Amino acid sequence: MVLLAMLAVVTVAIALLRNLFAVVILGGVYSFLMATVLVALDAVDVAMTEASVGAGISTVLFLGALHLSKREEMKPLHKPLLPLLVVAATGAVLVYGTLGLPAFSDPDAPIHQHVAPRYIKDAPRETGVPNIVTAVLASYRGYDTLGETTVVFTAGIGVIALLRRVRRRKPGGGA
Amino acid sequence: MKDYLVLRVIAKMMIAFMLLFAFYVQFHGDFGPGGGFQAGVIAAAAIVFYAIIYGLPAARAVVPDRLVETMIALGVLLYAGVGVAGLLLGGNYLDYFVLHANPVEGQHRGIFWVEAGVLITVAGVMLKIFYMFAAKADNTEDGA
Repeated sequence: MVLLAMLAVVTVAIALLRNLFAVVILGGVYSFLMATVLVALDAVDVAMTEASVGAGISTVLFLGALHLSKREEMKPLHKPLLPLLVVAATGAVLVYGTLGLPAFSDPDAPIHQHVAPRYIKDAPRETGVPNIVTAVLASYRGYDTLGETTVVFTAGIGVIALLRRVRRRKPGGGA
Repeated sequence: MKDYLVLRVIAKMMIAFMLLFAFYVQFHGDFGPGGGFQAGVIAAAAIVFYAIIYGLPAARAVVPDRLVETMIALGVLLYAGVGVAGLLLGGNYLDYFVLHANPVEGQHRGIFWVEAGVLITVAGVMLKIFYMFAAKADNTEDGA
């Protein structure tokens, strides 16, 4: 609860601040708080990813991007009433949607009845890997992880395509 | 940052441990939290740290662009190659248990190579993106 309150404070601060440097650093703070929340939920694998990708690499990349642009965010041209309305409505619909979900950590929830019992029962025997997260990620859901790796690959190729400086020959200067 | 003696010395000490931790996260992923994604990011972070303290040219001398670009493609190919190896040995695509006479040992082998592929691609992409942003920043500084 304390963590969630801190998350809310950081989010409001990010929305209000105009100094982008502070926003980037607060983004890193947000990621570390989120990682702590995930540790509290016993999802250490996800927490580790959040801490290393969200707080580590993203912050460095944002700082790199910030170095190329201005420090201060521009004043918005329009009044934020319409976006605020849209966001509030979406949030309300999402909260309404959570009312239909099973209670938190309910063992009879469908997600705990579908394939999870099979993984928990058979994964150590079938794969010999004690960490079931790794077994699911790399073995049972190998296709998904291949897709994720391809997404990372595509992102890298996209950045190269966008940022690589093409040295065009000046017209008349060569062939 | 090149002139700060404390930073330079501490960085030199820490980078070895960061890389070691990346490999720990990679190879200990079977037993504890971790795996290719996390290890790749940590390994890339160690090199990014080196680049921030010692300058981009120094980092590019250690991990050249050509190597980084090769890593980006090599990881995905390694992952997909494990799948093809499964096909050639008579299983379905990405079946690991055919990789060794003992199915559990085959799973181990498959997961090991797949995670290695993830590590290589993730580390390569993260480094490449950082290199590109950093090089761009250097250029604008020179131009201004």
